[in-house]
This record gives sequence, C-alpha cells and structure tokens, in this order.
Amino acid sequence: MAEFTLPKNSKITGGKAWPKPAGATETREFRVYRWNPDDGKNPSVDTYHVDINDCGPMVLDGLIWIKNNIDPTLTFRRSCREGVCGSCAMNIDGQNTLACTKSMHDVAAGGAVKVNPLPHQPVVKDLVPDLTNFYAQYASIEPWLKTTTPTPQKEWKQSHEDREKLDGLYECILCACCSTSCPSYWWNSDRFLGPAALLQANRWVSDSRDEATGERLDNLEDPFRLYRCHTIMNCAKACPKGLNPSEAIAELKLKMVERQI
Amino acid sequence: MSGPRSMRTPLGRVRNLGSSHSGTTDFWRQRLTAVAMTLLIVPVIVIILMLIGRNQAGAAQILGSLPIAIILVLFIVASTWHMRIGMQIVIEDYVHNEKIKLASVMANNFFCIAVALASIYAILKLSSGV
Repeated sequence: MAEFTLPKNSKITGGKAWPKPAGATETREFRVYRWNPDDGKNPSVDTYHVDINDCGPMVLDGLIWIKNNIDPTLTFRRSCREGVCGSCAMNIDGQNTLACTKSMHDVAAGGAVKVNPLPHQPVVKDLVPDLTNFYAQYASIEPWLKTTTPTPQKEWKQSHEDREKLDGLYECILCACCSTSCPSYWWNSDRFLGPAALLQANRWVSDSRDEATGERLDNLEDPFRLYRCHTIMNCAKACPKGLNPSEAIAELKLKMVERQI
Repeated sequence: MSGPRSMRTPLGRVRNLGSSHSGTTDFWRQRLTAVAMTLLIVPVIVIILMLIGRNQAGAAQILGSLPIAIILVLFIVASTWHMRIGMQIVIEDYVHNEKIKLASVMANNFFCIAVALASIYAILKLSSGV
C-alpha cells in the first residue's frame, strides 16, 4: 500500500536549539531538518537564529550564513544562487521551491523559516535528497534530437511559429520541485515518470525538428508512466520558474487521443 | 523508490518491463462516459422525480415508455463503466502488492458488471411490464 506515515527510522525526534548570535540586533529563526547517515540517529530539526543585518535576503543566504557562522556541518546543495541551476530546491515553509529565489521575508513574519529536504525522496544528508531515480526518469525520455534524415550541412531549420511551441517547456531547470510535490509521484515514483520528465518529454514531442514523435509517444503510453497524472496541479503551484507541467501532460494525453481517434 | 535493493542500474529500473502501449482507451472512455452522464443526469433526475410515490404498477407504466427506458439503461451503462475505470485508477494508485492489486482489479470488474447487469435487468423487467 501507499505509505502515509514515515518509516520508524525517518521519524523526526528532538533537535538542537543553537544560541542566538552575540551582538545581533535583528534575527530570524530558522528550523532546519538535519540527518546524518553516519551517526545512526533519527532525523531532527535544529533551531538557528540568523543575523538578518549581516546576511542577504534569501533563504539560501540564511542557510549559507548558518553554515559560515554557526554550524559548518549543515549540508545542502547550491550553485548559481539566481534560480538557473536548480541545485538548491528544498521545501521551505511547506512549499517546494528554490532557496535562492525565495525571500525569507515572504515567509510569514514572526514565524520561523522551516526548511526541509524535497519530500518523499531518500535523503543523502540534511537537505540533500537522492535524485538518482529522478535523473534516470529524465534519461528514459531520451532528451535529445532524434532524426533519420541525414544531418543537414548547416542546421536543422525551424519556423518562428514552431519555435514558439517550445516556450513554457524549454525553460525547465530540472530542480525536481514539481515531481516531489506530486502525490501521484509520491505513491508511484518507481513507475510514474512525474511532471518534470513528462514536461521534458512534451518538449521533445513538440519539437518540429524531431522525427521520433510517434516513438516517443509509444514509450510514454502506459497507465503508470503517463496516466498516473490526475491533474492535481501541485506541480504548477510549486514550479519556481512559473511553468505548468500539468498543462504539458494534458497536451501529451491529447496527442495520445488524437493519434487514436 | 531508488533504494539500494538491487544492483540494477537506475535507468534499467525506470525502463523495467517497458511501456504497455495502453491506457489511452480507458482515458478516452472515462471522458466519454463523463460527458454522457452530464447529458443524461437531468432527464434521469426528472424520471426519478416522476417515480417518487408511485407503486410498482405506476413505475412499470412510466418505464414502459421506450425513450425513458433507453435513457435509464444508457445512464446505467455510462455510470458503471465510469465507476469501473475510476475505481481501477484508485486501486492502481494505492495498492502496490501485485497479487492484491490483481485480485482488487478483478473484484472491481466483477462488481461493476454485476451492478450494471442487475440494474439493466430491473429496468427491462419493469419496462416490459412483467
């Protein structure tokens, strides 16, 4: 059956409350999920106080400040710090988003900034989820141009109208915010490809230069791979790039019907 | 999940048994029956209101009308078909044990067919005035 409670070794117990930084006039409370694979303990939630006058405005700035000034063992992924790489995807204040583009001031004033790893994925350490399955699902949709016609001497041509069909699809940064916010993906992530991989699949199905459209649709036509999507739309709500994976999935379903009727 | 239970590669696990090349028919039929029920629900409610307070002879008289009997039979077919697909989706969502899943899907099919046949039999019986 679907798992509605956390396994015994994943239940959150206690957590350390770190003292407020000395000399800070204005602080913001952070409650951060901690789990270390090496100490054999259950996960916990540690409480930190960030000096907001000594720190940038984003949640990622707060986490970096904690790592630099309070607790160097705090582990998280980050790279571009401007919403392009998708590394710092995590669950902030109950919503999957990028820590680098989420302002800590957007989290309800007075309340703590609650930071957890992306939901329903195995945790490597602290805020780092294991996305092996997510990346394998992306690989399974074969995200590259497939053609039989000999490659032209210059480039594969595409009209402006056809290029526009890729808008809203090509911008995906594969941060996994959408897939890990989807209940269908929580229950069936081993078989359902999830919103991110399906949006990418639609990006290649919609590409006028690609010659493997039917083959791509064949590969997706499955009650689990595609049809686990029940248009819950958590994906569209979570996407930090403002994309709509559920619309992309609906387009795929429409194409499935179109080629059959 | 992507736990270290087997030594199979992640891509091998994702591809697994391959695509079943099915699902679109059920997806389309679910929409088809939904639209059919939307169209049929108003006449069905009217028929039910007409039947309220009548005895069996009265009901048999109303259902003796061919259009009324056809509307009710169509509604039963659309709704039980929709019910079968909907319940199968719920089972596939939440039941992960292959044996229990197979048995549940089978029971769901039997139940929906039984409900459909019993309802159609009752309508035809009343409609033919037996």
